[in-house]
Amino acid sequence: MTWVPLWTDALLYLLLAALAALVLYARRQEHLRRPWRRVVRSRVAMVSLVILAAFSTVGLLDSLHFRAPDSGEVLSLFDRLATPLRTHMEKTYSAPFATHLYSREWFVVEGRRIWTYPRLRYGGAHLRDPAEKWPDIARTTAIGALKGLAVWCLAFLTVALARRGRPPRDFPWKTVAATVAGLSICAFAVAGLSLKYHVLGTDKVGEDVLYQSLKSIRTGLVLGTLTTLVMLPFAIALGVLAGYFRGWVDDVIQYLYTTLNSIPGVLLIAAAILMLQVYMATHAESFTSVAVRADLRLFFLCLILGVTSWTGLCRLLRAETLKLREMEYVQAARALGVSHGRILVRHIVPNLFHIVLISVVLDFSSLVLAEAVLAYVNIGVDPTTYSWGNMINSARLELAREPVVWWTLAAAFLFMFSFVLAANLFADVVRDAFDPRRAEENG
Amino acid sequence: MTAYLLRRLLNAVPILIGVNFITFVLFFVVNPPDAMARMQLGQKYVTQEAIEQWKHAHGYDLPLLYNDRAEGTARFTRTIFFQKSVNLFLFRFGRSDSGRDIGADIRQRMWPSLAIAVPTLLLGLAVNITCALLLVFFRRTYLEWSGLALCVGLMSISALFYIIAGQYLFGKLMKLVPISGYDTGLAAIKFVILPVTVGVVSGIGSGVRWYRTLFLEEIEKDYVRTARAKGLSEPRVLFGHVFQNALIPILTGVVTILPLLFMGNLLMESFFSIPGLGSYTIEAIQRQDFAIVRAMVFLGSVLYIAGLILTDISYTLVDPRVRLQ
Repeated sequence: MTWVPLWTDALLYLLLAALAALVLYARRQEHLRRPWRRVVRSRVAMVSLVILAAFSTVGLLDSLHFRAPDSGEVLSLFDRLATPLRTHMEKTYSAPFATHLYSREWFVVEGRRIWTYPRLRYGGAHLRDPAEKWPDIARTTAIGALKGLAVWCLAFLTVALARRGRPPRDFPWKTVAATVAGLSICAFAVAGLSLKYHVLGTDKVGEDVLYQSLKSIRTGLVLGTLTTLVMLPFAIALGVLAGYFRGWVDDVIQYLYTTLNSIPGVLLIAAAILMLQVYMATHAESFTSVAVRADLRLFFLCLILGVTSWTGLCRLLRAETLKLREMEYVQAARALGVSHGRILVRHIVPNLFHIVLISVVLDFSSLVLAEAVLAYVNIGVDPTTYSWGNMINSARLELAREPVVWWTLAAAFLFMFSFVLAANLFADVVRDAFDPRRAEENG
Repeated sequence: MTAYLLRRLLNAVPILIGVNFITFVLFFVVNPPDAMARMQLGQKYVTQEAIEQWKHAHGYDLPLLYNDRAEGTARFTRTIFFQKSVNLFLFRFGRSDSGRDIGADIRQRMWPSLAIAVPTLLLGLAVNITCALLLVFFRRTYLEWSGLALCVGLMSISALFYIIAGQYLFGKLMKLVPISGYDTGLAAIKFVILPVTVGVVSGIGSGVRWYRTLFLEEIEKDYVRTARAKGLSEPRVLFGHVFQNALIPILTGVVTILPLLFMGNLLMESFFSIPGLGSYTIEAIQRQDFAIVRAMVFLGSVLYIAGLILTDISYTLVDPRVRLQ
């Protein structure tokens, strides 16, 4: 088993490390700890954080790729964990929890040809009589829920023992514990069910929709976070320089972002993606595996989304820097002969932190949503990449079928909605906590 | 005022040149004319002769940026960059790579775009502002809390789902309106209703929250306290004073949508198969017709800049304190 480091994997883990470093740094800074304490006290924020953490865990597990020794395929750790889901391919559509295929076929039974729905290869295949389906589902769910509860109890006891003797903080323990319990029960129940049935049905080529939805988490996560990683250096460096030095530097930077801003974003993205396609077509020899190609396109999409989205933050930072550079303490530092570089690093940038943070958390969900739209216009992620956008795109025409195939759409909706909703709720609390104007009114 | 406008218009020129240069780099330097010709003529079995012929027919047979075979200024003017740019600046869009007249296409397709975009914009503004004012009016009540929660929920749904759900519910199940298509004249109304409704509804979540923050910011100010102290009723304060004073930030917000008015909403038009500029652009992207995309990028940035200037003018109409110099 050899690891295959993809670009986006490496960057995603780099981002995680940066985040951890930032948390360690912020712990020691009182002015950063105070707003974070408000976030931690908020019930909504903590529940969303737990849900986001669950999504991120799946996404991060899905970001450890290796080459399978037997087949030579590039798989992720998550693929390995979800192997039954990945390999349980049916012939074509089947509804959630179905035991039979969604379309009829000719069969020869006892010498007669009959036109009927065939049994599924995997979904409910262990049942001797399909009529036993619902009792079996209930039993499996109950067993899964019990397992989930047991795991939760174990975790709860560990945490409770570890925290014994420490003074209680105003952390919403009960809410968090209840959310974790709910998530763990659901996860175990669904995991148990998915071994026997297709919980969210199968798509046109018979692939499990639950597996697709879970795989799509990584794409959303990568786009939401890496784009920010690409955008931040541009936005911070240019915004601060423009605001601090003014004069011709300001003029040039303003010209740069007005120009970029006045190009319709979708067109810029479309143009860039078309270019990438042409480049890949002419340099086919460098992109041998499908996974590498798809990954490069995802990475490139992050790059180009980053290039188109730094202008807004840059403008905000420029305005704030213009204000900060006139503050007494900056003037004093300058009068004392502190160098420009030192003033920027020690006095200006740390005081812009809240703006950066607010805009990062607010952008996250809109980037996840944008992915779906871009996929529709064919300029999003590679069609072979699992993403909610691609799922919606392929499911769109299935609504026109008779009878309607609704579950792919419903699954994409369910996953995307809960992911984006959690992100939005969390972002709201973070914004309220860090925005100085709002911080005053809420105390 | 005139001097100010003149300066703004002159300022726009370098920006447009920049836009043009970026698109030029993207379309020609990264992807040279030979590759374009090969793509338009079909990838395989293309002779060099056919490529040269195609390039000549579409005016791509010149050097990109510098012509070393020409004399004097022609060294710079007899190039693809100059030829194509000058025509764009004169709004002569020429022929698309597949041979259509882009200018005529745009003139014909801008009306359906406007028919969708203008009602969506105006209705959206009316609905969002009313809801936001209501939320502010009922602030610190459960009504506000549930309204905000609803907004976050609406915001978290992808625009695609609004379109799909709208088409499925009203088009397929209830059969109230046709699912997609377009017609000329007044017959277009029944094709326009659904896209406009979907457009308005999908914008409510973020729109209402945005306007609410604007109003809340305004409501903190001294004149509002004075108005209340004078004994004005809360609705009078809100709808009379606060609304009027929040108009400037509202106008600024509207500008960002202005280019969309002409570009049309890419998604809406293509989902509801409305023959507007948005679907035109998407088709061009999918057919890889660079001449059209380039023309649309240029047009889009011209409209964006025009929108910025228009906002400045409208400021003076809304707020007498603003003077343009």
